Amino acid sequence: MIEPSLAADAPRDEIERRLRQTEDELAQLSKISGGQELDLKDQIARLRARVDALRAALWRDPTPWQIVQVARHAERPKLPDYLSALFSDVVELRGDRLFADDRAIFCGLARFDGRAVAVIGHNKGKDTRENLERRWGMPNPDGYRKAIRVARLAEKIGVPVVALVDTPAAYPGIEAEQRGQAEAIARSILVMSQLRAPIVVAITGEGGSGGALAIAVGDRLLMMQYAIYSVIPPEGCAAILWRDAARKEEAAAALRLTAPDLLAAGIVDEIVPEPTGGAHLDAPTAIAALRDALRRALDAVREEEVPALLSERYAKFRRIGPFAG
Amino acid sequence: MLNWLKRPKFDATVERREMPSGLWEKCPRCAQIIYVKELERNAKVCPKCGWHHRLSAAERLSLVVDEGTFEEWDGGMTSLDPLSFPKYAEKAREARAQTGSDDAVITGEGPILDVRAAVGAMDFTFMGGSMGAVVGERITRMFERARERGLPVITFSASGGARMQEGAISLMQLAKTSAAVGRLHDARLPFISVLCDPTTGGTTASFAMLGDVHIAEPGALIGFAGRRVIEQTINQKLPDNFQTAEFLQKHGMIDMIVPRTDLKEALARLLRLMLPHQPAQDARERNDDRAVAGR
Repeated sequence: MIEPSLAADAPRDEIERRLRQTEDELAQLSKISGGQELDLKDQIARLRARVDALRAALWRDPTPWQIVQVARHAERPKLPDYLSALFSDVVELRGDRLFADDRAIFCGLARFDGRAVAVIGHNKGKDTRENLERRWGMPNPDGYRKAIRVARLAEKIGVPVVALVDTPAAYPGIEAEQRGQAEAIARSILVMSQLRAPIVVAITGEGGSGGALAIAVGDRLLMMQYAIYSVIPPEGCAAILWRDAARKEEAAAALRLTAPDLLAAGIVDEIVPEPTGGAHLDAPTAIAALRDALRRALDAVREEEVPALLSERYAKFRRIGPFAG
Repeated sequence: MLNWLKRPKFDATVERREMPSGLWEKCPRCAQIIYVKELERNAKVCPKCGWHHRLSAAERLSLVVDEGTFEEWDGGMTSLDPLSFPKYAEKAREARAQTGSDDAVITGEGPILDVRAAVGAMDFTFMGGSMGAVVGERITRMFERARERGLPVITFSASGGARMQEGAISLMQLAKTSAAVGRLHDARLPFISVLCDPTTGGTTASFAMLGDVHIAEPGALIGFAGRRVIEQTINQKLPDNFQTAEFLQKHGMIDMIVPRTDLKEALARLLRLMLPHQPAQDARERNDDRAVAGR
């Protein structure tokens, strides 16, 4: 049962605002009823039902553009959330040994299920201060070169790489071009395509073009249900196609950037389910689903010998790209 | 990311629209009117200001490969429209009709001053030289075949990047082509990447930046992100020389800038230096000074 005052086509943020409001009421009520012997069961049940209805309303047949919005949602779980929930003994490794330590990419060693892995991931910030430092998760060449360095370390010590992808794009800046953004991305793709260690990739939020692909070449590619993976942002696509960035919704549909689209194209191996409405509405459930998927993927790739892994990895990307003739 | 880069000062498309007669052309750089035959005699380098006009893939190949020897590989491949993308099928059809090519790259084998090599030339006039499944497949097959046959590879890139109309499929061509370059490197075969005007986006972020030697043509626009995107992001104007061949050389991305008229010789010299174990027969038979000096 949705609140009567809420229109069927109410804007997303309005529904979300109501949802949060109802959730707060529910939490308060639950706290009160927990403390005392007040009979608030009916009221609580009603609020619960309303929360569920609001979530469902948020998520009835989402359009590609709605999925883009969820993938970019400010409260969507980010690398630090996954890091603290899924890994233990996390040791960050900083710097590319060439020029800088790019905060837009996190690299480190950690344990997953008690076993050592290398973690590489885009590192969006949770507030403006962090985002300024991390360029909203848009790496400079130094970030990719750090990723290459840590991937090579994984190869040397014989541990798998877990890559968590969530970036709008590689950073478009003066220094990025001066230090060879294109070369850094190309090199990272090349190194990961030949790395003699298993690589499991999860697209957790935005898979922004080359900036994402640079750390997304691997043996298993997982994608969160409401993550996106695209060759160009919908806004940029609309600007080129129709000279009108406002037609981003049409562009989002045309680009086929959702998880089911990528699964159908043979690019993604598995879709990781998210709670109704998106991972930001119930982060623990979303993170637990990713844990299960990572566990299965890591178990599978650890079984394989390196030469088989490498030829399958090559074949995986080799067969993508339909043509006539 | 696809970057449709149009520098206001050197817009070749505008130039062509203004001068349809075919006898005379206006240089987009110096704005001088040039006799087309004279331009063609000079490998399309402006005789007045030295500006390197863009070449089609066919023009590029005839300029560097020994005359009448080029053997095309994998011709007849055309793009599908896997996403049913708005107007893609129509645009691709138009591009095929206009250019007479199947897609934005021609690959094959052709000796350069008698040195055998696999050669791939991109065509910016075909949908901005964008890399979709056909371009990715042809380039990948070229690297694979070169590896099987023990040939060095030379690519001439001229491309705005990945082909937006094929979505993530074209993004995956970056991975496919780069992995194929990796296998060529493993086989210890040389790869020379010649970056022509313009080379940007996903093409620079894949095979074009993975050469053993990087050559650029003078003044060529080479970069990753589009100029406008950068200006909007950092909120300031970029200097004129930003993302030029000269800028990239200064920043360590390009080994040499070679004028087009010297390119064939430069490539042959480099190939001979990088294939020291190959029988020098061809060169000896040619019996000329250059070949002897090369050994």
